[in-house]
Amino acid sequence: MTKQIAIDARNVGKIYGVGVHAVTALGDVSIAIEQGEFFTLLGPSGCGKTTLLRCIAGFETPTSGSIHLSGRDITYTPPNERPVNTVFQSYALFPHLSVADNIGFGLKMQGKPAKEVKAAVERVLALVKLEDFAKRLPQQLSGGQQQRVALARALAPQPEVLLLDEPLSALDLKLRKEMQSELKRLQTETGITFIFVTHDQEEALTMSDRIAVMSAGELLQVGTPHDIYDRPVNRFVADFIGETNFVEGTVEGSAVRIGTGDLLDVTLDGHSGGVTLAVRPEQVSLRADGSGIAAQIVAATYLGTDTHYTLELGDKSLLVARIQSNSAGGMRVGDAVGLHIDAGAVQVLSA
Amino acid sequence: MADKKRAFDVTTLPGFTAIAITAFVLLYAPIITLVFYSFNGGNSVNQWGGFSLQWYVVAWNNEAVQDATARSLIIAVWAAVISTALATMAALGTTRRGKFKGQTVIYIIINQPLMVPEIVTAVALLIFFSSVKIATGYSGLGYLILAHSAFCIPFAYLPIKARLEGMDTAMETAAADLYATPWQTFRYVTLPLLLPGVIAGAMLAFIISLDNVIITEFVKSAGQDTLPTYMLGQLRRALTPEVNAISTALLALTVLILTVFFIVTKKRD
Ligand SMILES: Nc1ncnc2c1ncn2[C@@H]1O[C@H](COP(=O)(O)OP(=O)(O)OP(=O)(O)O)[C@@H](O)[C@H]1O
Ligand SMILES: [Mg+2]
Repeated sequence: MTKQIAIDARNVGKIYGVGVHAVTALGDVSIAIEQGEFFTLLGPSGCGKTTLLRCIAGFETPTSGSIHLSGRDITYTPPNERPVNTVFQSYALFPHLSVADNIGFGLKMQGKPAKEVKAAVERVLALVKLEDFAKRLPQQLSGGQQQRVALARALAPQPEVLLLDEPLSALDLKLRKEMQSELKRLQTETGITFIFVTHDQEEALTMSDRIAVMSAGELLQVGTPHDIYDRPVNRFVADFIGETNFVEGTVEGSAVRIGTGDLLDVTLDGHSGGVTLAVRPEQVSLRADGSGIAAQIVAATYLGTDTHYTLELGDKSLLVARIQSNSAGGMRVGDAVGLHIDAGAVQVLSA
Repeated sequence: MADKKRAFDVTTLPGFTAIAITAFVLLYAPIITLVFYSFNGGNSVNQWGGFSLQWYVVAWNNEAVQDATARSLIIAVWAAVISTALATMAALGTTRRGKFKGQTVIYIIINQPLMVPEIVTAVALLIFFSSVKIATGYSGLGYLILAHSAFCIPFAYLPIKARLEGMDTAMETAAADLYATPWQTFRYVTLPLLLPGVIAGAMLAFIISLDNVIITEFVKSAGQDTLPTYMLGQLRRALTPEVNAISTALLALTVLILTVFFIVTKKRD
């Protein structure tokens, strides 16, 4: 059974302004987001995440390309005619309306009978656990509560797609963790397609079914968190998702010779000549007996379960290793150690 | 930080206090005198004859004053309503669609009554309306209401525009996202949030209309005196404390409305 496509963006481009002031916010973006998916747009500030969301919501019209919702072309449909709701980063709650009226706003505008609106508001209030706050005004709520009202307001009309633009960025760490699992729960319970924007890679990895990594208005890679983490397509993605060591080398037969002269037996995929190896810190292990690549510990950072060791190799290049603290066996700064790289897991990138 | 140079401070200039006191005396002494003599028991506006409310009673029972007051209020209410409605539309048009070509020209046109000398507008309206009167035969209060509405627009426009500019467009975006048509967005989100500005604008327009002399004097037909033009007419005759009593009542009303105006504008969001 193939999944239905909820949002299909085809070659979407967006240029703000004209002439010398023109800014290309989106180059040529094509993605198909499946129904019921938790889909995350991830990328650094200014890469066009908000712009893409605004095009899907209908607040911006793409300069080129088209956007389809469940097979229907909605490129030029006004926002109030799209079954798509947004949770704004600034919440944008109506200050003159109570929590209940905020949540019922969408249904009321759709012309639903008052009874139905009331029932839906109560149902959604329970969903976000704000039953006791129905009569309050938004400014009488804490940041986290306002966040939940914004979420409830966007969920109440049961949209086909929910857009969330960095909804958690204004919350402190603890509340943020809570809201992450809350969002995940709501998404599973409602079955609504979520398109979530963040520039926090950890948040993206833990919450998403699939992630799209963006940079400078282009999609670099779309895939599951595992795909993106284990098989980044280029240096930017590898660097942006998690910590990575980049080791330069040259292909020799079926192995790669790195700067220290050592040969690494990595999985090559038709690469030749100069390549870059993306080595995750947890793919590096250390041996006190000195076997493997010769290295010296120049710094150690204790992180609780793990310890980060910065190592200097024979060619003066640096490499970070992440070792379980209880297996590190008393290795100290200044010690000469042997270094092993789990070559099978290393990703080879074209240099 | 201890010997930080002191910033320039006008209050330390020589003679500052004397000038300030003179200015306040010039501003307020005449008004205080006027209010004081409105309670005069005698017939003079500058010779005290004991405390009495008699001039208020005289003014209250004066039919000409009653008529003029009624006319003033009718004109001011209409002018406030019409100018505020137009000013609201103008403010929405100038602040809710981004920058556009000719924006400065539009600002100048809207605020024209603040810049063109009032006497010029008055003469122009006199000439224009007299030909309309001849052509239509209508000579009611409509001309005064129209003229007042026109010059009240910038006064209603300014507080509404200020309020709109301080209002986040994200509210309107959110409403559109939640299925509100442009009209529903205006009706259920923009207007309620704008209301303090609209009320402030209407009150300012009301006072400006109530107070107007020059344009009213030129535009009015015979027997269409408003309170200010009636008082002006009285000045040409023997002056009695009745004028003081009317002025004091007008002053009290204005102060009352201005107080409400400040409360409304202070209480934004
Ligand atoms: N209204 C606009 N007019 C002109 N340029 C704009 C406008 N909105 C966005 N841009 C530009 O388009 C680019 C993409 O902006 P966008 O807001 O989509 O980035 P983002 O990925 O959401 O960034 P952030 O993580 O900081 O929110 C930026 O270079 C931005 O300056
Ligand atoms: Mg953004």
